Amino acid sequence: MTTTVLDEVKPTADRKARKAKKARPPQLPGTRGPRSTAVRTVKYVLLLFFLIIVLIPAYVLFVTSFKTGADISPDTAWSLPENWDTAGWERAWSTLSDSFWRTFGLVIPASLISAFLGSMNGFVLSRWRFRGADLVFTLILFGMFIPYQAVMIPLVEIMNTVGAERGIPSLIFIHVVYGLPICTLIFRNYYASVPTEVIESAKVDGAGMIRTYTSIVLPVSIPGFVVTIIWQFTSVWNDYLFAMFFSSAQNGPVTIGLNFLAAGQLQDYAASMAGALIASLPTLLVYIVLGRWFVGGLMAGSVKG
Amino acid sequence: MFTRIRSWGPPVLLIAPTLILLGIFVYGLIGAGVWTSLTDNVRGQTTGTVGLQNYENLFNDDTFVYSLRNVGMYTLAFVAGTLFFGFLWAWMLERGARGEGIFRTVYLFPMAVSFVASGVVWRWLLNSNTGESASGLNRLLDMVGLGFLQGQWWTHEGWGILAIAMPAIWQLSGYVMALFLAGFRGIPEELREAARVDGATEWQMYRHVIFPQLSPVALSAVIIIGHMSLKVFDLIMAVAGQTNHTTQVPGTQMWLKYTSGEWAEAAAIGTVLLLVVAVLIVPYLISTYRAERRR
Amino acid sequence: MKLRALIAGLSAVALAFTATACGGDDGDNTKDVEVFTWWADGSEKAGLDALVAEFKKQHPDLNFVNGAVAGGAGSNAKNVLASRLQQQDPPSTFQAHAGAELLDYIEANQLQDVSQLYKENGWDEVFPEDLIELLTVDGKIYSVPSNVHRANVVWANPEVLKKAGLDDKPAKDIDGFIQQLDKLKKAGVDTPLSIATDWTQVHLLETVLIADLGPEKYIGLWDGSTKWDSPEVSKAIDHYAKLLSYTNTDRQNLDWPDATKMVIDGKAGFNIMGDWAEAAFQEADKEWGKDYITYPVPGTDGIFDFLADSFTLPVGAKNEEGTKAWLQTVGSAEGQKAFNIKKGSIPARTDADPKDYGDYQKTALESYKNDTIVPSLAHGAAASVKWSTAITEAVSSFSANKDIEKLKSALVKAAEDNQKKQ
Repeated sequence: MTTTVLDEVKPTADRKARKAKKARPPQLPGTRGPRSTAVRTVKYVLLLFFLIIVLIPAYVLFVTSFKTGADISPDTAWSLPENWDTAGWERAWSTLSDSFWRTFGLVIPASLISAFLGSMNGFVLSRWRFRGADLVFTLILFGMFIPYQAVMIPLVEIMNTVGAERGIPSLIFIHVVYGLPICTLIFRNYYASVPTEVIESAKVDGAGMIRTYTSIVLPVSIPGFVVTIIWQFTSVWNDYLFAMFFSSAQNGPVTIGLNFLAAGQLQDYAASMAGALIASLPTLLVYIVLGRWFVGGLMAGSVKG
Repeated sequence: MFTRIRSWGPPVLLIAPTLILLGIFVYGLIGAGVWTSLTDNVRGQTTGTVGLQNYENLFNDDTFVYSLRNVGMYTLAFVAGTLFFGFLWAWMLERGARGEGIFRTVYLFPMAVSFVASGVVWRWLLNSNTGESASGLNRLLDMVGLGFLQGQWWTHEGWGILAIAMPAIWQLSGYVMALFLAGFRGIPEELREAARVDGATEWQMYRHVIFPQLSPVALSAVIIIGHMSLKVFDLIMAVAGQTNHTTQVPGTQMWLKYTSGEWAEAAAIGTVLLLVVAVLIVPYLISTYRAERRR
Repeated sequence: MKLRALIAGLSAVALAFTATACGGDDGDNTKDVEVFTWWADGSEKAGLDALVAEFKKQHPDLNFVNGAVAGGAGSNAKNVLASRLQQQDPPSTFQAHAGAELLDYIEANQLQDVSQLYKENGWDEVFPEDLIELLTVDGKIYSVPSNVHRANVVWANPEVLKKAGLDDKPAKDIDGFIQQLDKLKKAGVDTPLSIATDWTQVHLLETVLIADLGPEKYIGLWDGSTKWDSPEVSKAIDHYAKLLSYTNTDRQNLDWPDATKMVIDGKAGFNIMGDWAEAAFQEADKEWGKDYITYPVPGTDGIFDFLADSFTLPVGAKNEEGTKAWLQTVGSAEGQKAFNIKKGSIPARTDADPKDYGDYQKTALESYKNDTIVPSLAHGAAASVKWSTAITEAVSSFSANKDIEKLKSALVKAAEDNQKKQ
């Protein structure tokens, strides 16, 4: 699995992989024929069918967000709006705009800090084979899988005792801490791919570990940072559990605002669907613009050492 | 002595902040959580320990037992569903297909959306009204002539939780697909060639050569989806709300206990969840650890 | 080296963000008064807006921050609020139902004594004594009531009733009510009685309990003198189960306005809801006595199933002076009038002039003076949050599985668990 991460993370490896793919013979002659045409037709029909299924919720979100109250009746549930109305968007934006901007204030520092710490750990763990290094790594990894409910009550108590400022400051701290395992993992796998010679040569020069890290390793770390930051950006942006326990609609991220907007008793569907789109916009943009890196992060999240 | 510090010092310095933070906030707090679950903690006020009383209360509470059953069913459906679709899509795309990029992008995009946001639309889709006032999926099923499939979705006591698995599968099948695609593409072409040279049919090649190569991927997927699934909370809060009976899971139960001040029982629920996740994760981590040591 | 600079720069940005995020909150929020309610939609929102307008008039230098969390009867809000109080991040003031629910907050040391405000404003004189009693522990008053609601009201659509040959007369008791529902069902009305999500089902249950047990035994349910496993309670629960069978199946998807709307739109014959529903009929331009009729739930004539909203001063509130200003507006005659006319409730102050209020409200004012008052369960007057959560869970479970024995035993257990600790 390690190799797959690198395929995604390292541009050079990726390019090579693509070349290899192109060079691959598309189909062996023997497999062509009427049967394989039928198979191919079935395949495309299925692919298209699933494409439509996956897009249904997106269609509903988009269409409903432009409807007016009257349009939302069951009879017209699936049709396009009679007149495209942006009132729902306006209502959603007026409720969500504060928390929307606030979320950037949470996500940017949280992902930068945890990526930075992750890169230090990843470097140490990939290069420094001390006794028990694997155990330390495994113990760090475990932090990635714990159900946060198991630490929630003591965490509340600690935050209360310290008197931590609720909302964004608390959440930055929490996301940095609980983001460390995954960031460490991504970087460790990334650094395992940096040619050993480069680092060895620095060691011969007598450079200490810290100097090796800052002058040799950091400069080649950009891809690792991009993947990690995207990963953290997405997961912190989409977090709801910690937000529920450590913030409120007044000082919390957009997921909280959206949940309160959508849970209204009158179910203002136009506004809540518009709100869902607004709240998803940044992560969707990241996905569309930086899709390849995004997938890299996903892969890294799955990789065992 | 001095050289020892020189070689140990810097790496320790680099990794220490993380070790301290995780030591406190993962292991320390797990310990504190377990401890809290053995006390009579109400809103942070403790008068003493009560042994396993909180656990006894939980397991005598029908709702909690039901919530465990629910999360079990949800996990099975979620894991099976994402593996099925993820694998199928990857398989269809693995040899390259026209417009592969589009399919991949679309299949994967729900992953970028939060459960809270997708919950908004699924709440609408999974409306249990039928007949004239049906909307959402029930309406759609009616429109395409599949009216008999209309259901009461998440309001059904026996199967309701499976309706919540639908949005979860929708969101993460693309992710599992990406895992499998990477797996497929990591298989050296020579293996396929060799199989063909041996006269294997396309199907035999997949069955005996390719699929076995993918079992580590499948395992990763099970672990990741499984541990996500056990702590489900966001999606249920967004689709059904916190007190709805048919969709109770430990995550929502813990929130309800916490907000009614029963911190000790809330911690006990957290501990139960941790134990369940540990059963899944620890063997995996141990095998990872062994693999590490062999490196 | 460039990269090092880049990373240094990124870290600086991160720090700056952290700093602004921390600093932003401490800025100029001394003028902010965050008012936490669950009045986010419809008439409740309209009432709140009117109250805010009055607040701005009385205290132009303060800035109202709306902390409303949607969800009928505070179903979501109460948990969110509890979480915030436990995090020691309270709003400036929050809405709390008078009675057992308020007691919870007092016992958890989450509220401050506001007796001083009562003295300063002479409120001891204008609020009814038995209401103040519900806000008082050990001689200290902990909140300022804003309004009073009646929960045991039937809302009916006469047009629909006509289809089944029913007239506008209320049934004598629950059995009679069930006969009426049955006639509606036979006449082809899909939903004789409309209902919504779990708390509205608790609301229905409570009115049935009052109807079948009578006021004294109903009150006894909460102090332990009426046993939950007694035959009368069992009969009431059977009644409840029967009533639920005449309701809409999509109830879990709805909140109260949807259920009320079914009566307004003629899709349902009856709805049992508190008198905040009045405003929904007003908004739809319906005329009381013609387009819709109301009467006490059958069997509860002469009983006023009571709930009151009130506002508090939490421990650790960030802007205490601002909170006091808000409470002062809430308690003022102008504030109560502005708020209650819009919300459809009746003012907690006794010096209100009935002429200012609508037709339905006049009847409620009259009943509030003369009827027997009992505390509402679904709205926090009768039982602690914990107890009512347990009841809500049992009722929600029943809505899905229709297992009546399970419901009965769950209710008995909920009572045992909670009375033990009280």
